[in-house]
Amino acid sequence: MNQTNILAGKKVTELIPDLFSGRKLKDRLFLIGIVIFSLLTISMVVLIIGSMILKGYHQINWAFFTQSPPDTFQAMMAKMSGKTIPGGIINGITGSLYLVGIASLIAIPFGVLIGIYLYENSKKKYAGFIRDITDVLQGVPSIVIGLIVYLWVVVEITHGYSVLAGSVALAIMMLPLIIRSTEESLKMIPDTLKEAAIALGTPYYKVVMRVLIPSSFSGLMTGILLAISRILGETAPLMLTTLGNPAINWNIAKPVSAVPLLIWQFYNDPNMVDLIWSSSLFLMGFVLLLNILSKWIAARQK
Amino acid sequence: MNSDKILKYILFTASLLILLISGGMVFSLVRGAMPSFHEFGWKFIISSEWDPTQGREQYGALLFIVGTLLTSVLALLIAVPLAFSTSLFVAEYFKNTRIASVVSTMVDLLAGIPSIIFGLWGFYILRPFIVSIGLSDQGYGIFTSGLILAFMIIPYATSLSNTSISMVSNELKEAAYSLGATRLEVIWNVILPNARSGITASYILAFGRALGETLAVTMLIGNSNRMPTGLFSTGNTMSSVIANQFGEASGLQLSSLIEIGLLLFVMTTIINAVGKFIIKKLNR
Repeated sequence: MNQTNILAGKKVTELIPDLFSGRKLKDRLFLIGIVIFSLLTISMVVLIIGSMILKGYHQINWAFFTQSPPDTFQAMMAKMSGKTIPGGIINGITGSLYLVGIASLIAIPFGVLIGIYLYENSKKKYAGFIRDITDVLQGVPSIVIGLIVYLWVVVEITHGYSVLAGSVALAIMMLPLIIRSTEESLKMIPDTLKEAAIALGTPYYKVVMRVLIPSSFSGLMTGILLAISRILGETAPLMLTTLGNPAINWNIAKPVSAVPLLIWQFYNDPNMVDLIWSSSLFLMGFVLLLNILSKWIAARQK
Repeated sequence: MNSDKILKYILFTASLLILLISGGMVFSLVRGAMPSFHEFGWKFIISSEWDPTQGREQYGALLFIVGTLLTSVLALLIAVPLAFSTSLFVAEYFKNTRIASVVSTMVDLLAGIPSIIFGLWGFYILRPFIVSIGLSDQGYGIFTSGLILAFMIIPYATSLSNTSISMVSNELKEAAYSLGATRLEVIWNVILPNARSGITASYILAFGRALGETLAVTMLIGNSNRMPTGLFSTGNTMSSVIANQFGEASGLQLSSLIEIGLLLFVMTTIINAVGKFIIKKLNR
């Protein structure tokens, strides 16, 4: 009733919104700005991935995945005669897999256990404290983690740059990611499921192994894959812990190479420029593949 | 002892690992920084002298602290409008549409690109571009690194703000629309006040990320140990001086680098704690 009274006092023209008056115009301009800025943001992804593919694809061949990198002289000769640079990054690929493998062996069991602990004791003060510390750990810059692991492992345990040191550094970076994703995916499980198992008199470890872990499995996998994809491209901590190695190495107490470390070496050697792009393309492709895989697993669950 | 107790005991023991790592981290950093602290004391933070020449070694971190703060603040200034627009695009204007999911996937991809690849791209493509439009002679410097850093932190700035923008209740928005508000007015008067703390927290966390970024900045800032004089001047940051000099460092220089690491650790931890504190207050 009130509304009709208000409307009755106005002229019809006042009730028709004016498309070009100040307020409407501002509204439109703002939307245009939002769209332009958003396109600008995502264009960066396209630019980076695009230039990587354009500059890197012609160097990708069989040798790239099966041979060690050439020395500067070989690369210079190939460059001068206009051929593709011989050799590949097999030492980096094996090194990366080795480092990430050991890091996962350390970080996944501990991460999942601590995640379960936080989930089971979510109301306790101590668990809240652990959760806060985990967040702090996640925010520590990777170069600082490299410094720490240098002091702990390189100086004290292996007395030199080593696979072990690099893996420990990567594991410390993975740990907070896995803890949080484990806790988050356990929280998604309906309480009734757990209660049903407990009501049957199931021992606690069986509840964990047969109910909690299987029903949050895709969440766990997503978290693990994302954590691996995050550390795969880490370079700074590896520079301080594993240094690099021109040959394939399986000795855990000796230095090893990794794809990002090789990119850094190629970057510092003007003759190797072509290899930079193909190695980056490879690294990028691998990281994106893991990202997409984890998204796919997460989407399949829903 | 029954199996339940054993498992509980195992879980609790595992949680001690976190305390061990973080406690050990602080302990080792402080112990490693001690020689440098004994030599230079608090002057370390306010001195801009960095001279590793044998015999007259002199170390101060001011140059690097300034470099880190300048690049990170610049990165944040560039990232905020971009991240804010992207958040509104994904969580408000085109919410739940196909194009929004494409954009948010692309932003996630941005988070997946390793730091060294950002650095390479900045070095080989952005730097020549900056030279060619005549902004600076070499293309290195605060501006170039800040620009690349900005794109590196956008994913961190958007993830949490997206959630807080999309959580603003529809009833509030509809109430404003029914009063005749335009979309911009709804965003400004309803969404922003309600999502404010979430958005602020995510920008603070993104700033924390920028402080610790290493390789991309190392490749672009020019690594010169002098006080930056302007946007296009070269400089050095805390993380890049560690990355550059760690290999050859020993003795007092190594200790000074570790002290820089300690300072960086303290700075990022404070920034992150502030961000998490805001989030905690938000969730209550």
